[in-house]
Amino acid sequence: MSTANLFEQQRQNRRRSAVLVTVFILFFAWIGFGGDLVLYLQSGGAEPGQYRHTVPLVGIAVTLLAIGMTGFAWRTGAKQVLSATGAWELISASTDDERRFVNVVEEMAIASGLPKPKVWIVPDDDPNAFATGIDPKTAHVAVTRGLLKTLTRDELQAVVAHEMAHVRNLDVRLMTLLAALVGVIAIVSDVTMRGLRFGGRGRSGGGGKKGGGGALVIVLLVLWLVTVILAPIISRMLALAVSRKREYLADATAAQFTRNPAALASALEKIEHADAPTKAIKHGVAHLCIADPLGRRVTNREGFVADLLATHPPMARRIARLKQMAYQYEKTGELVEPAL
Amino acid sequence: MQWLLLILLIVVVGFVISAYNRLIALKGETLNAWKQIDVQLKRRHDLIPNLVNAVKGAMDFEKDTLEAVIQARNQAVKLQASASPTGGIQALAGAEAALGAALSRFNVVVEQYPALKATSNIGQLQEELTSTENRVAFARQLYNDTATSYNVKQQQFPWNLVAGLAKAETVELYEIEEPKEREVPVVDLSMKPKA
Repeated sequence: MSTANLFEQQRQNRRRSAVLVTVFILFFAWIGFGGDLVLYLQSGGAEPGQYRHTVPLVGIAVTLLAIGMTGFAWRTGAKQVLSATGAWELISASTDDERRFVNVVEEMAIASGLPKPKVWIVPDDDPNAFATGIDPKTAHVAVTRGLLKTLTRDELQAVVAHEMAHVRNLDVRLMTLLAALVGVIAIVSDVTMRGLRFGGRGRSGGGGKKGGGGALVIVLLVLWLVTVILAPIISRMLALAVSRKREYLADATAAQFTRNPAALASALEKIEHADAPTKAIKHGVAHLCIADPLGRRVTNREGFVADLLATHPPMARRIARLKQMAYQYEKTGELVEPAL
Repeated sequence: MQWLLLILLIVVVGFVISAYNRLIALKGETLNAWKQIDVQLKRRHDLIPNLVNAVKGAMDFEKDTLEAVIQARNQAVKLQASASPTGGIQALAGAEAALGAALSRFNVVVEQYPALKATSNIGQLQEELTSTENRVAFARQLYNDTATSYNVKQQQFPWNLVAGLAKAETVELYEIEEPKEREVPVVDLSMKPKA
């Protein structure tokens, strides 16, 4: 595994996140069309003239809702993120720091073969950075003022490379889609739970035991209800799992752009040690940043809970992987991403 | 039987079209990456007169270093005009490497003049120079990666069958051929008096 070259590793990484996304979409389909299936079976014993659930209305409604929400996020996402952080666009650089930043972004645009993204500065003294924009032609890269002050030129270059890697790997698009799906699932779950409360009361009053259809219906119904109740948590965990995979991939892609994994490792160390939360960056943007801006200690711990709940992989593990890459590169002249 | 032949024909034609398009796309990417190097080299060449002007007054007695930079630059400019992926790249790469060496000597000299760094805009120019050197390096990295995959693809079966049709030919990589340029400089730290 570890002898495969970097591009092969990246392909594997992409395949792994494709599997996760597929699982996510299947889960989503089960929430929508699974509900229809239960309703269809339940109304199977209905007498002629009574309502029979044959058109999968729930699934269609949920899918339309998801498309609508994704489309909305697609259009307005980048602007919302940038204005939520209070970032301002750097159009003509005036200080040495700004000039250096613009130069570094242009260098990384060349290395990645992408058009130059728009450049933003977040007025915050904690070092952090993020990228947004759903396609490489309209991408934005933003860094905090603190980042420009804290990092050396090589480290800044590595961080910008990581952000450009997110742009090239189309991570913003993927995470926008997943965030919208998580939102829809939360709505479906909420509506179902409310309906259950009211419906349950109504039914116990009427004592209707007419539906029937056997044990299968009851098993499916219970299964569906359980998944719907757990859905908000499960879907969020799936989205976070995808997010962490993309972080590792972006680290490796950044190393491919700069051929300098050690610089990214030392940049991450500096960012980690300045562990005050980045105040300007709010909850919703966390998954786009180079390091979790909320200063949640959970990203620094390894272990089962940390693995499930963090937007980012543990810092220590990212740094160790990059250092391993740097060592390998120095020794053999080959960039190899360490196995997970 | 006729149907089988027809299907076979469609498959073959489909393959030829897609292989041809793949090679043409790779050729386009290679030329594009080359253009990027060209742009960045031009940026480098344009920067040097500014750099020289900024320090000329203060460094009158370091004339040799300045001369070397200017000459290396002029040589590189001359070679750049005739370089393209199908020829002349390696000569250009050699000239650019010589220019890079002259520039790093120049940087060392500038460091010996603290007054120069304080009074002129040399600090800004040095950032420009660093960035330009990086751009050249990254453009070269992208070009070499793209050109290598183009070179490999056009020799691989079955793409090599349509290589002639797509007018694909092996392109030169931007790298230094002469072993002298690759040599690691020997640093003598023994402090022995020179003979």
